Amino acid sequence: MLLQVRDLKTYFDTRKGPVKAVDGISYDVDKGEIVALVGESGCGKTVSALSLIKLIPVPPGKIVGGEAVFEGKDLLKMSDDEIRRVRGRRIAVVFQEPMTSLNPVLTIGRQLTEGLMEHRLMDGRQAADEAVRLLEEVGIVDGRRRLNQYPDQFSGGMRQRVMLAVALACRPALIIADEPTTAVDVTVQAQLLELLVGLTRTAGVALLLITHNMGVVAKYAQRINVMYAGRIVERAATKELFKKPLHPYTRALLSCIPRLDEAPGVRLCTIQGQPPDLVQRPPGCAFMPRCAEAREQCSQEWPPLREVFPEHYVACVTYR
Amino acid sequence: MSQKQNGALIEVRNLVKYFPVTRGLIVARHVADVKAVDGVSFIIRKGETLGLVGESGSGKTTVGKCLLRLYRPTSGQIIFEGVDLGKLDQEKLRALRVKMQPIYQDPYSSLNPRHTVAEIISEPLVVHGLASGRQARERVDELLQMVGLDPDFAERYPHMFSGGQRQRIGVARAIATRPDFIVCDEPVSALDVSIQSQIVNLLDDLKSQLKLTLLFISHDLSVVRHISDRIAVMYLGRIVELAPSRTLYDEPLHPYSQALLSAVPIPDPEIEEKRKRIILKGEIPSPLNPPPGCTFHPRCPVAIDICSRQVPEFRETRGRWVACHLAK
Repeated sequence: MLLQVRDLKTYFDTRKGPVKAVDGISYDVDKGEIVALVGESGCGKTVSALSLIKLIPVPPGKIVGGEAVFEGKDLLKMSDDEIRRVRGRRIAVVFQEPMTSLNPVLTIGRQLTEGLMEHRLMDGRQAADEAVRLLEEVGIVDGRRRLNQYPDQFSGGMRQRVMLAVALACRPALIIADEPTTAVDVTVQAQLLELLVGLTRTAGVALLLITHNMGVVAKYAQRINVMYAGRIVERAATKELFKKPLHPYTRALLSCIPRLDEAPGVRLCTIQGQPPDLVQRPPGCAFMPRCAEAREQCSQEWPPLREVFPEHYVACVTYR
Repeated sequence: MSQKQNGALIEVRNLVKYFPVTRGLIVARHVADVKAVDGVSFIIRKGETLGLVGESGSGKTTVGKCLLRLYRPTSGQIIFEGVDLGKLDQEKLRALRVKMQPIYQDPYSSLNPRHTVAEIISEPLVVHGLASGRQARERVDELLQMVGLDPDFAERYPHMFSGGQRQRIGVARAIATRPDFIVCDEPVSALDVSIQSQIVNLLDDLKSQLKLTLLFISHDLSVVRHISDRIAVMYLGRIVELAPSRTLYDEPLHPYSQALLSAVPIPDPEIEEKRKRIILKGEIPSPLNPPPGCTFHPRCPVAIDICSRQVPEFRETRGRWVACHLAK
């Protein structure tokens, strides 16, 4: 197993009290595997992934507990220096908005070669050659000329390709992609996802895909973790999850998405109410106030994930 | 193009909107034009929802703003209930605005944070002199109920509401003047999926309840398909295909419509496995300097010689309108 996350808890201090953004989640990512964390905004999917490589602001954030064993070592116990080396070499991150993750006053070449010289100990010329090769790999032709350009000379889709090249530069074992295609148009989204998934296949890199888009996970992920209010409420292989969603939240979520292949004019299902306030979360299942199948028990406890079918886990009192 | 069908609430004829690009600090020299909308024609029938889809930069928002006369078109005509908007003076235009209202994408920036919900919703009533004082207040309560909010919320401020609730406030404001026509510009794009469906259903309900006509602008094809009777696909300032919702999805004729539809993943892994995807090369070119001929030809997988030389005619074929040399 490449990555094993166990009982990870990340809280944020606010004026109103601690927000339990991630409240005890566990998942695995195997070598070369594409694992998805899906959920709506505020469910903790991004925080849970960024906590692994200490990219959350401390304070107000704080990793309260748990472990994250990556290639045999617990990431959460590493010093800042150690984690920085992992971040560059073994785990790379691709963010949603490429304009904010590329430095606007440095050339693309500088940003690409920096990592190569630092982590792969290349000299300037070697690094430049490798950078051109990387740009070609992500579909940017004319790389030699592009190296001298600045991020604002690239379009949104092109910037995201550059981000991929930066991510691949140090031959990581894991790429964390946080809503990698949310900021781009749908035809560009298709280009980028095909590229990202193709690269993980050829290079054997594992991918932790964070998204709210159920269509994207259906197409690309092998395993899916559905998150709600800081916890994983269901986990299964992709086909299993879509064929047999068990948690009431997963089922409701899938039924309220308008689908392209669905006859128009059918009334959409809705989930009543809104996601819970994570500061004053009452005990019991956080989905209960919106759940059509809630019963009395639900207000007392939120059961842990339990294997209901082989490799299919659910956190709901209905399945225990 | 002659689209003399009966029952058109709005008719758009050859609408063009260029934004001039100028250079020079003291004397602004006109150096180029951003061709945001470059000759589109369509009608919206009474009581129908017309979907307008396209990627960013395709000009769909500009079309919506021209229809509401928030932009003055460079050329072309917009005819609302038989009246040419371009021929109206300010006074008459203002009176007509009661009948057409917008709903915007971002419920966080389209509501004044210093106004109470009651002030926000009653503003169009007061501005147009339709109601004031207690009468306006009663209408606010009624409107809040219509959009599924508690009338007790009237004295609260926007920051106290969630994204979905704010969008309901935006909807209440839009229907306050009892308009006939609403331009919805990406009304659910900023919302989470579980909230999206609530707003889509609300718009559906209000549409039939109040006999509204909608222009629904969105980049999300699944949502547009769900809500629209007919759909216009825009690319780089032009409509490339205009068809009944079902026809477009069952059998898109324009290569861009085909690619756009195939790029949207369907939330079902078994269907996704079998679907063929058309992956387009490159990105939408700049409207400052659009390609000659069919503007889609540099990215088109089936382009032939003529496509780069001649602008395809927007013509009617097989139950829809399409602008492609190759569409039979």
